[in-house]
Amino acid sequence: MTGITTTLKELHRGERDLEHDLLAAAERHRADHEFHHVATDVARWSREHTRRLAEAGRAYGLDLGGPADNPTPGALAALREKAAEALGRRPEAGLLLLHDLRELHLAATRNSLHWEMLAQAAQAARDERLLELASVCHPRTLRQIRWTNTMLKELSPQLLLTVR
Amino acid sequence: MAETPDRVQDPWGARTPYAPGTPWPARTDLHLAPGVTEDQVERWVPAASVLHSNGDAMDIAVRQGRIVGVRGRAGDRVNRGRLGPKDLYGWQANASQDRLTRPMIREDGRLRECDWDTAMGRIVDRSRQLLDESGPGAFGFYTTGQLLLEEYYTLAVLARAGIGTHHLDGNTRLCTATAAEALKETFGCDGQPGSYEDIDHADTIALFGHNMAETQTVLWARVLDRLAGPNPPRLLCVDPRVTPVARRAEVHLAPRPGTNVALLNALLHEVIRGGRIDRDYIERNTVGFEELAAAVESCTPRWAAAICDVPAAAIERAGELLGGAERLLSTVLQGVYQSHQATAAAVQVNNLHLIRGMLGRPGCGLLQMNGQPSAENTRECGADGDLPGFRNWQNDTHVEELARLWNVPPERIPHYAPPTHAMQIFRYAEQGSIRMLWISGTNPAVSLPELARIRSVLAQERLFVVVQDLFLTETAQLADVVLPAAAWGEKTGVLTNADRTVHLIEKAVEPPGEARPDLDIFLDYAARMDFRDQDDGPLIRWHDPKSAFEAWQKCSAGRPCDYTGITYERLREGGIQWPCTPDRPEGTPRLYTDGIAYAHPDTCESYGKDMVTGAGVEPVEYRSLNPDGKAVLKAAEYLPPHEDTSPEHPLLLITGRTVYHFHTRTKTGRVPELNAAAPDVWAELSPEEAARQGLSDGDLIEVRTPRGAVRARLRTTAMRDGTVFLPFHYGYWDTPAGHRPADDGAGRAANEATITDWDPVSKQPLFKTCAARVTLIARRESTPRSQSTTPAGSRT
Repeated sequence: MTGITTTLKELHRGERDLEHDLLAAAERHRADHEFHHVATDVARWSREHTRRLAEAGRAYGLDLGGPADNPTPGALAALREKAAEALGRRPEAGLLLLHDLRELHLAATRNSLHWEMLAQAAQAARDERLLELASVCHPRTLRQIRWTNTMLKELSPQLLLTVR
Repeated sequence: MAETPDRVQDPWGARTPYAPGTPWPARTDLHLAPGVTEDQVERWVPAASVLHSNGDAMDIAVRQGRIVGVRGRAGDRVNRGRLGPKDLYGWQANASQDRLTRPMIREDGRLRECDWDTAMGRIVDRSRQLLDESGPGAFGFYTTGQLLLEEYYTLAVLARAGIGTHHLDGNTRLCTATAAEALKETFGCDGQPGSYEDIDHADTIALFGHNMAETQTVLWARVLDRLAGPNPPRLLCVDPRVTPVARRAEVHLAPRPGTNVALLNALLHEVIRGGRIDRDYIERNTVGFEELAAAVESCTPRWAAAICDVPAAAIERAGELLGGAERLLSTVLQGVYQSHQATAAAVQVNNLHLIRGMLGRPGCGLLQMNGQPSAENTRECGADGDLPGFRNWQNDTHVEELARLWNVPPERIPHYAPPTHAMQIFRYAEQGSIRMLWISGTNPAVSLPELARIRSVLAQERLFVVVQDLFLTETAQLADVVLPAAAWGEKTGVLTNADRTVHLIEKAVEPPGEARPDLDIFLDYAARMDFRDQDDGPLIRWHDPKSAFEAWQKCSAGRPCDYTGITYERLREGGIQWPCTPDRPEGTPRLYTDGIAYAHPDTCESYGKDMVTGAGVEPVEYRSLNPDGKAVLKAAEYLPPHEDTSPEHPLLLITGRTVYHFHTRTKTGRVPELNAAAPDVWAELSPEEAARQGLSDGDLIEVRTPRGAVRARLRTTAMRDGTVFLPFHYGYWDTPAGHRPADDGAGRAANEATITDWDPVSKQPLFKTCAARVTLIARRESTPRSQSTTPAGSRT
């Protein structure tokens, strides 16, 4: 196992987890509509990254598996949605949102660092395919980071000052 | 002069054909109260329309202290004397018997009349208490696109520097936020590039999601006059409905709602593939072309056809039309602004003009339109989610300019984040962190999405709601304090339309009872709150419209929306387009005649946002991307809509306007001619879709989404299959329940059903992308219902 395969594996897990975490947070914060919708949109990027990493992994003898199955909106999900809407009326929901944004930001940052490492290694190894993969995917990871940062910046003043 | 023929029957009036490059002929429209003749009119008072965004100039006829009619101003550049149905008849609403004439306060759960001291005292007491307990973040102000410039500027100063909150926005969020944002993204700054006169010169006119025939009847009359004259322009219409515009178009594309970005990317693909681009213009005036070309390279008509459900050949024909134009005028409105990926789509229309080099010359115009009469003033005065004078909240120098102007320390003006947009203001109120909401001149209990939610937010005990309006609207019925405001014709101030034309509206008559101009109400509040500057002088030093206008002129100086060359006296002669300075007293017909003027990092209003996430671009990043201040060609990838059809909700719901009403019918519903023309809500389906659903014309149906339902009579009209249309104007003030649906649940307001979702870039709510189903409630009565025979609107 080389450093590249280790990185591929870690990044694959990181993107898969990020998709899951984005979708879970989207569901938790249904009452924060913009967060809910955009989190769902950018989760799609991580899903795509997971799929492409799995493909790329084959060339390195890795069997990484595709993205996780999409959670089906079953009875439990409907219940969680209702709970999210009820909780959305309470100021504490705002603090939970800030917490989730922070965690998502850190997870995306971790992925970004892995993409950076992978791109550097790909250049050194003159691995065009891997470099192409990183240059397509990494910008989207950076957009996930900027988005969580913007949301935190905009929401923090109101949510931190008014919750007592 | 002859009385104008019935404009309900013919909203656009008689043709006055003209040739390209020649002036649009005048045609003066007039309507007076029955029995009144022109020579009996005692005074004619200059005004402009407040019932749409076109800014049509008129004189108000006054006799014995009452408004008795209106007459179009033949000399004015905007309408050359013409008036649409809402203006010819709408003035009658001023004299309605149910105008608010005294303030009201809520006591023991009921609103009762009181005097001004009591009402204002209650607001001031609550304000002081909240400032002590929670600080400025507990205040939200939600205004409109229907007040006057002097009022917006005063409100912006009292909210931003008096209270010190950045929770101030207008209902312009619902109508024009995407226009402003798209201009900021591309040109670095708000400001309409084109001019209505571009219609006189264009050889091709493309209308993107803009049913101009119903939203701006006089502008459409101008297009009809070109179509009736020699060398008429060719029209492209993008609209899921077969509107009057679509009927006159050479190419009509009716895309699936929510897919505008895919369609526009394919049109850009075609223009670039055909080499119909102006490389020299691109090189001199833009950054980002390579990225844009790469992003649309795979967006073939075939690819878009599958997403938009439009034939690939039709997209190719549209691309040919746009690519072949030598003088292209594009207009964009709610079909883009209120749909999925609103800003991303609107920006692609900007991109089309930039890569074709079609900007800043006669006929080469771009009009990102408005929905409301003074939406432009809300934007420039910073009464929406922007700082006054198109200043950049991320640029400390801009904030310092405002601080100097207002003589306050810069930190008193919140600028640690963008000013809060309306949907987030309601979210904070829902969550309980905003505890006082002051609503002026708008009716969110009918006009915001998902009304059951909005009503429950407004009805909260912990939220103190102030409503300032002409009538006891649905929203006012939920208020804690109601303030009676003076209407158009009862106060003085200026109003700026969608092509930057500034008009003066003067007071013609006294307001009824104790009703007061919105400006006076804001000034009274500022005085009672005793807002001070840093030298302990009064924060707001003006006292009437003229002195407020002069204060605004100073704020506008040197910015794109420069008013320093405009005076009330000059405006009495006719409209003037800003920027207008003492050096350029004639004003400015077109922006960007000589390159991109306001995108420099030191000048620009915004550094831009991510087209998908809305994440902000940092100043240093913008500086390195666009150091010379060129236009930014921003590419956008297509994303599937957030809510799509399902077996349970197989249709897509879109909402929109009728030519006879404005906003929530607060005025137009009280005008006999307009009310009779469209008295109640209806729903539209294509005849094929109706047959598929087992429904016929005239059936009472229910349109239901996961949020709620609307009951309406069905009209079958030519439009996309799979799509249902509801007009958004109807509410409850003229029903027994007053502010909500009767107890059976289904309502009359389209927004019972719409989704709470907004464009992450412009924050404009999406009224045109949600899934719905229709069911039969009752068959049409066997006796034939009296059908109006109006040609406009949606009848087939």
